[in-house]
Amino acid sequence: MSEDVELAQVSMDFGQFRAVNQVNVTIKAGEFFSFLGPSGCGKTTILRMVSGFIDPTEGVVRIGGSDMRGIGANQRPTALIFQNLALFPLMPVWENIAFGLEVRGVDKAKRRAKADELLRLVDLPGAADKKISQLSGGQKQRVAIARALAVEPKVMLLDEPLSALDLKLRQHMRAELRAIQKRTGVTFIYITHDQGEALAMSDRVGVMSQGVLQQVGTPNEIYNAPRNGFVASFVGENNIFTGTVTGGEGNYARFETAFGTFLTRLGPGVDRNSIVKLYVRPEHSTLQSSAPQGKNSLPVEVSEVAFEGNFINIHCRDDQGKIHQVQVQNDPSNPPPQPGARLYLVFPAEHAVLLSDSAQVQGHA
Amino acid sequence: MRELVRRYGVTLSGIILALVGFWLLALVVLPNLSLLNVSFRPYLPVDQLGGPDDHYTLRNYVTFVSGDPAYYFLGIPISIHVNIFLLTILYSSVVTLVSLAISYPLAYYLAKVVRASNAPTLFALLLIPLWVSEILRSFAWFIVLAYQGPLNAMLGMVGIGPIRWISGFNGVIIGLVYTYILFMLFPIYNAITSLDSNQIEAARDLGASVVRTHRRVIMPHAKPGIASGCVMVFMLSAGSIIVPTVLASPGSRWFTQIIQQWFFEGQDWNTGSAYAFLLLVLCTVFVSVMMRVMNVRLVDIAK
Repeated sequence: MSEDVELAQVSMDFGQFRAVNQVNVTIKAGEFFSFLGPSGCGKTTILRMVSGFIDPTEGVVRIGGSDMRGIGANQRPTALIFQNLALFPLMPVWENIAFGLEVRGVDKAKRRAKADELLRLVDLPGAADKKISQLSGGQKQRVAIARALAVEPKVMLLDEPLSALDLKLRQHMRAELRAIQKRTGVTFIYITHDQGEALAMSDRVGVMSQGVLQQVGTPNEIYNAPRNGFVASFVGENNIFTGTVTGGEGNYARFETAFGTFLTRLGPGVDRNSIVKLYVRPEHSTLQSSAPQGKNSLPVEVSEVAFEGNFINIHCRDDQGKIHQVQVQNDPSNPPPQPGARLYLVFPAEHAVLLSDSAQVQGHA
Repeated sequence: MRELVRRYGVTLSGIILALVGFWLLALVVLPNLSLLNVSFRPYLPVDQLGGPDDHYTLRNYVTFVSGDPAYYFLGIPISIHVNIFLLTILYSSVVTLVSLAISYPLAYYLAKVVRASNAPTLFALLLIPLWVSEILRSFAWFIVLAYQGPLNAMLGMVGIGPIRWISGFNGVIIGLVYTYILFMLFPIYNAITSLDSNQIEAARDLGASVVRTHRRVIMPHAKPGIASGCVMVFMLSAGSIIVPTVLASPGSRWFTQIIQQWFFEGQDWNTGSAYAFLLLVLCTVFVSVMMRVMNVRLVDIAK
C-alpha cells in the first residue's frame, strides 16, 4: 500500500548554487511527513528529486528500498500535487482523475467507475462531467487529490497545495487531507512554509534552511525542543537576547546580557563555550509589577496590546528600544496592562534556552 | 474610438481614421468590387462595351468547368482547369501538413525546451531569411535544387543521387514550405508558450509517455494555434504565384498561373477575375469544411 522514502546524503547543485546540502532522512511508510522552511530553502527541490523530475547531484533517493537513479517521473510509484494543481482544463473532471488510468490502458468503463469512486472519497460526488473552470478553489483541490490517488501511488507528494486557498477553506482542507491520508495509508510528503500547517497535520516535520535539514522531529519536539536558533525562530515566536555565557552548572548556564545576568538552560548540542543566543517563547514570559527575587527579569514599557480573542499579545519595549512579546490567556477578570505601563518582563530559567544559530554542513558554508 | 480621441486629439485621430478608411476602401474593397463586377460581364472588344451584349452573365464562371473533360476525379470527368484547381488544393494541403510536421516539434522546442537566454538568437536565425524577398528566395532554391546544383553535389559526395528535385510538384512544395513555414511556426509557438509547464510535468508524473503527453495535453492546448497556422499556410500557398512559377516543372501547374494567364496573356480580365473569385470562394469553403471536420471554431483561431 505504501512505501518508505529514504534520502541518503542527497545534494543538489544548480550551477554554482547548492540548493540541497547532504540531506539524510528516512520517511516511514504510511507517515505524514512535512518539509518546512522559508522559500528558497530547498524543500521543493527535494520534492522534485523524489518525484523524479530531477536527479540529485550526489546521494541516492530510495523508495521502498529501491534505488531511484535513472527512473523517470513517469515510472516512479509517486504522485505529485502541484502548487497550482496543474489540472488539465480541456478535460472534464472525470477524465482528469482517470488520466493516470488511461495511461495504464484501463478501459473506459472502469476508468469512469474509478473516477466516480474517488470523487465520493474526496466528497465531490456528481462533479464527474463538470469542466475544471466550473469548480471552486476547494473543489479543484479535491479533484487534484483524486487525480493523484487514482494511480494508487505508494508515496504522495504535495507542494504547498493549500497556499492558494482562503483561511477557512485551508483549515478545512488540512483536516480533510489528514483524514484522506489516514484512510488510504499512503505515505504523504508535504512541502510548506506555513508552520501552523506543518505542525497541525504532520506525524513528523523536517525543518530546512539554506538547503540543510536543521531538525527532524514530531511537531511537539520541533516546537518545544528546537535544536537551534533557526528552528526556534522559524517555528513560533521568540524573545531573543544576545550575550555571553559566564558560568553555571549542570544543564544550566549564567548568560550575561545588557540587562543583567540571566539563569538559562543549555539547548541541545550547546556547551558553555558555544556562541549562542537566548530564546524565550512569548507564552513562557509574564509581566509583573515588581522584579521578583531569584527569577530572570528586565524592566519594560508596554507599547501595544493586541486582543486576539482567546489570547492577548502584549508588545513591550526594553530600555534599548527592542520589542519583546508576551502572550497571556484572555481572562476577563484579570484585564491586561495598558500601553505605557512600566512593568517587568519575567521568565523562568527552564524556559530560557541557549541555542546556536543554525546547523551548517561541514565543508559547505 | 473615444479612447483614441482622448489619447491623440481630434486632428490626429481624424487623420489616422481617414488613412485606415482610405486604405480599406480604396485599396481593398473598391478594387475587389470592381473585379467582382467585371467577372460577371463578357469579354468584349472596346467598341462594344456598354452595347447590347454588355450584360451580366455567368459565362466566365462556366468556362471553369466547361473545357474538354480529359481528366478524371473520383471517376468523374473534369476539365483541365478543374483538374489544376484540385491539384492546387491537394498540394497546398501537402505543403500545410509538411509545414505542420516541421513546425510543431520546433515550436515545442522553442517554447518549452530551449534555455530562455538562447531563444532570441534562435528567433533571429529564423527571422533573418524572411527579410529576403520571396522571389529571391525562390530563385535561391531553384539554384540549390538544380540537377547539377549544390544539393546534388553534396549528396553525391556521400554517394546519394543525383536526384531530380524539381519534378512534378516537388520543387513547388519545397519552395512553398520554406516560404510560409514561419506562418505555421509562430501561432503554434504562441499557443504552446501559454501552456503551464506544470501540466506537462503533471502528465509525466501520472505516468504518461512523451507521445501521450503531446497527444492529450500539449496538442489540445495548441490546437487553436495549429488551426490558425494551417489556415494561413494553406491560403498563402494556394494563392502563391511566384514560387509555383519559379520552381515549376513541366508537370506542375498552379491555379494562380491560370489566373495570371487569363489576365496577362489572354488579356481577358473578365474570366481572370471569375477564376480569382472561384479560388477565393472554393478555398474558403474547403477551409471551413476542414475546420468543421477538425472541430475548430473561428473564435478559437481569432484568440
